[in-house]
Amino acid sequence: MPTATYAGRQVTVNDEGFFEHPQDWTEAMAPEIAASAGIDHLGEDHWRVIKFMRTQYEQTGSGPTVRLLGKSSGVSVKELYALFPKGPAKLAAKIAGIPKPRGCI
Amino acid sequence: MRGTGAAPTGPARVVVLGAGTGGTIAANRLRRTLGDTALITVVDRDAQHVYQPGLLFVPFGRVDPSALLRPRRRFLHPGVGFAEGDVDHVDVPGRRVHLTGADGREQVLDYDVLVVATGAVLVPEETDGLAAALANGQAHTFYTLEAAAELAGALAGFTAGRLVVNVVDLPIKCPVAPLEFCFLADHYFRRRGIRDRVQLTYATPLDAAFTKPIAARALADLLKSKGVELVTEFNTGSVDGAARRLTSYDGRELAYDLAVVVPLHAGAGYVARSPGLGDALGFVPVDEHTLQSTQDPHVFALGDSTDLPASKAGSVAHFEGEVLAENVRRHLCGQALAGRFDGHTNCFIETGGGKALLIDFNYDTEPLPGHYPARIGLPLLRESRLNHLGKLAFEQLYWHALLPGRDLPGIGSPMPLRGKHNRLPAAAAAGTTKEK
Repeated sequence: MPTATYAGRQVTVNDEGFFEHPQDWTEAMAPEIAASAGIDHLGEDHWRVIKFMRTQYEQTGSGPTVRLLGKSSGVSVKELYALFPKGPAKLAAKIAGIPKPRGCI
Repeated sequence: MRGTGAAPTGPARVVVLGAGTGGTIAANRLRRTLGDTALITVVDRDAQHVYQPGLLFVPFGRVDPSALLRPRRRFLHPGVGFAEGDVDHVDVPGRRVHLTGADGREQVLDYDVLVVATGAVLVPEETDGLAAALANGQAHTFYTLEAAAELAGALAGFTAGRLVVNVVDLPIKCPVAPLEFCFLADHYFRRRGIRDRVQLTYATPLDAAFTKPIAARALADLLKSKGVELVTEFNTGSVDGAARRLTSYDGRELAYDLAVVVPLHAGAGYVARSPGLGDALGFVPVDEHTLQSTQDPHVFALGDSTDLPASKAGSVAHFEGEVLAENVRRHLCGQALAGRFDGHTNCFIETGGGKALLIDFNYDTEPLPGHYPARIGLPLLRESRLNHLGKLAFEQLYWHALLPGRDLPGIGSPMPLRGKHNRLPAAAAAGTTKEK
């Protein structure tokens, strides 16, 4: 398993960079993960989404999809794409240290 | 009042919402499992059952829309009650369904167990401009009988230009259907002798042609061989029907002459009006193995109405039916639930020119090459005439074996690993085998 070092701590990640153990994550790691994904600054709205992702993961065992985020996080889908370009659900999950949201087939 | 765990005294009251694929299978299996110990009532808003796998062929003029309709009642066991009505809401704590009957009168149905099988509905209004474009004929879809028939007219009049097939976002019913549409369109325009004047584009929110890697590669190769352009990670943000243009959330534009769009899906409308029943999208959260609601033990769900990470496909409803009937019986008797759904799905994928692919997979095992249901069987992930014949034969099987809830010899609920070539990395393959 690959590892990555965030906020001075080594963590195990999968091939796509998602945390293997969400309990390893701390808030201090988020800005560094974000930077490695091309987001230089985490603003208030970023944090709102990241915290929502964590809560959802703790409650349901998986991260929400972008549609669920748009409906329940208080940030619209359009804004989500501005905050986390390309794939908001994937990117926010990575920064929040939770597994990649399970897509449906 | 009957609580969890108490042995049923009189007949248990089981209400099944929806008489589509999942609801019909569930009701018939429940009747056989529970016999006279239960009063089973099925509710649907109308009397006609649509054979949804047939919708794909309507736009190409290969199926007469009326041939896809049959009376729902005919496929329900005579011992099962059928009520036509619109569900207003479910009072989950009170275990009661409120509906408006076909006569316009309000009715209530009390239940000991509720089975939600009302599937998924299209919600084009959730995408900017899409509902208007569909209404004005500036964009089309084939996910309803009316729309598919309308698209047949639009296709027949299409002589040149760019046809864009777009999936707005998952989950959708039959996630392979839009790909099949591309394959069939390629064949259709060839037959009309105008393929060189038509540009075909498939735009998907996924980062590949399909969700799982091995099948995604096979399907991407097929798209390429048929000259269909693949646009990935296209998350449709808006549709401009007048300008004939799709725009993604990240600002990319796709101009079209004819658009075939698969709108967002949601659970049936009443789910959102029933606190404690569904999630934010109106799907019913259930345990992925037992199919019991994670929010209320008296509620079960199957088919397209669940939030499960399985395909929204008839085969899933079929494989779930067996598990659901057994678990409802156990729940009514106060026993621990033992039925276990593994996510088993199989789908024929029409590839045009009288050929088809077959894929078979579950929660843990992605679609693999090989044969189904065993080493001698239909070829998996490979185009063949046999699979096309299988898809055609499936319609009879659907009406006369699937809907009645019969067990099909050799085709059980758990996904078979026999007959599949496991091309996964050795470690992952060993892990998969160990779990079985």
